[in-house]
Amino acid sequence: MKYIAKIISQIPPSGIRKFFDLVMGMKDVISLGVGEPDFVTPWNICETAIHSIEQGYTCYTSNKGIPELRQAICHHLHYQHKIHYNPDTEILITAGVSEAMDLSIRAIINPGDQVIIPAPSYVSYGPMVTLAGGQPVYIYTSKDNGFKINAIDITNACSRKTKAIILNYPVNPTGVSYTKSELEKLKKAIHKNNLLVISDEIYDELSYDFKHTPWPSLTGAANQCIYLNGFSKAYAMTGWRLGYAAGPRKIIAAMTKIHQYTMLCASTPGQVAAIEAIQSGQQSVNQMREEYRRRRNFVVSGLQKIGLNCLMPKGAFYVFCPIDITGLDSVEFANRLLKEQKVAVVPGTAFGSGYNDYIRISYASSMENLKEALFRIAKFIQHTKK
Amino acid sequence: MDNILTILEKDARTTPEEIARMTKKKVSSVKKIIKGHEKSGVIVKYKTVLNKEMLRIDAREVRALIEVNIVPQKNVGFDYMAERIYKFPEVISCHLVSGTYDLLLIAGGKDLHTVANFVAEKLSPMQNVRGTTTHFLLKTYKEDGDILKQVEKDRRIAISL
Repeated sequence: MKYIAKIISQIPPSGIRKFFDLVMGMKDVISLGVGEPDFVTPWNICETAIHSIEQGYTCYTSNKGIPELRQAICHHLHYQHKIHYNPDTEILITAGVSEAMDLSIRAIINPGDQVIIPAPSYVSYGPMVTLAGGQPVYIYTSKDNGFKINAIDITNACSRKTKAIILNYPVNPTGVSYTKSELEKLKKAIHKNNLLVISDEIYDELSYDFKHTPWPSLTGAANQCIYLNGFSKAYAMTGWRLGYAAGPRKIIAAMTKIHQYTMLCASTPGQVAAIEAIQSGQQSVNQMREEYRRRRNFVVSGLQKIGLNCLMPKGAFYVFCPIDITGLDSVEFANRLLKEQKVAVVPGTAFGSGYNDYIRISYASSMENLKEALFRIAKFIQHTKK
Repeated sequence: MDNILTILEKDARTTPEEIARMTKKKVSSVKKIIKGHEKSGVIVKYKTVLNKEMLRIDAREVRALIEVNIVPQKNVGFDYMAERIYKFPEVISCHLVSGTYDLLLIAGGKDLHTVANFVAEKLSPMQNVRGTTTHFLLKTYKEDGDILKQVEKDRRIAISL
């Protein structure tokens, strides 16, 4: 169609659209394909939003977001991680981390600039870079290196045109995370190559084996970093669409410029609710984290028992599971598992072209569902083993 | 609270094998810990939570909150009277509370008459019971942390990345 912009053709269509339609057309499916918490938003947060609507908080806010929320975020980052941001100039409230990521990329990319993205990765990063006129450059990690990038990978991926690197940890879809000393090593390579870091740390509260280290908390890292976080995963608020970016004043100002002409501001009741979340939601976060930890242990040990030799994820709520013992490719595996056992998982190829031997399993589901799903997966594997 | 107790409090049907997998412990040590809790009385018993309002009408029961004022006894305070009261099978729970009365009971029976009889003929005439106020429960929305209505639907879309 002649009206559609050329750049749209450069973005690959969704790799799972057909599969998604197939899942939606079936009844009684246990879905382990959901990328959001199975908890509902804690009631104190919902109640705050309801009250705010009753009180008439239904109008626009400042482009940057409600000052109290920006202050609460700064206080949280300072109190939890000793990271200092100015709430007036270095914080921008956005419609989820997705908008914050899009703004970050659009604020820094000139046509032809390259952005490094470790793969497998969340599906949106590459297309966002392409839409901004940039070029995504992938570092393909594998199970052999624990799905982690290292300093040499970064240096090898750099060219004259490389401007930034997108980090996301704990990682969707692998659940991999990095210790502080691993991050320090990456920092050396990143700073040596003078890259800006866009760090999506939306799963930070769901870290199970060691304390999460935010990128800007590393010495000297904050002024070369846009730190992205939000409320979706930790507070089970995905549908509220609320996130934020924190970073150097000039970058935040550039992002705010785009934001004010496109989104204008994030949802007002959502922003009020987020203040409550950040001030009083820690107990709920802790309870959810413990529940996810138990489920992770249960699911990983179950998969390993079946013969699917997956790594123990350190965070988020995903297991990136190898399926090579079946001889099936990831799409065929997902299709057949769905049809034969009514369990939905996401094919690994949705997260990068090289991941045909993997599926992503989400354990954001009740223990009852997980038990039944593992039982069905075991039956399926028995029938399909090479 | 210990991880194993948290799991069992949520679902008492969870097997020691499953708990072992969730907590990365050996099955034998999970069994040992559970036995220990059972022996010490931390785990009192395992039971099923029912939404009795969904039972057949003839199988339902009537419950009442009863406020009881009592005269404390020398040396034993309220404990002696509490024990004499909570031993009645009609008493489902019994708490010593602060405020304008002393004991708060939840009593139950197959019908209104049974509970009324308990109050009028057993509880009120007891020596040292100074007075009672009975509130019959009309509807229970939430009990012991469980919301008593049918499980809410999972509203998430089946696949999201």
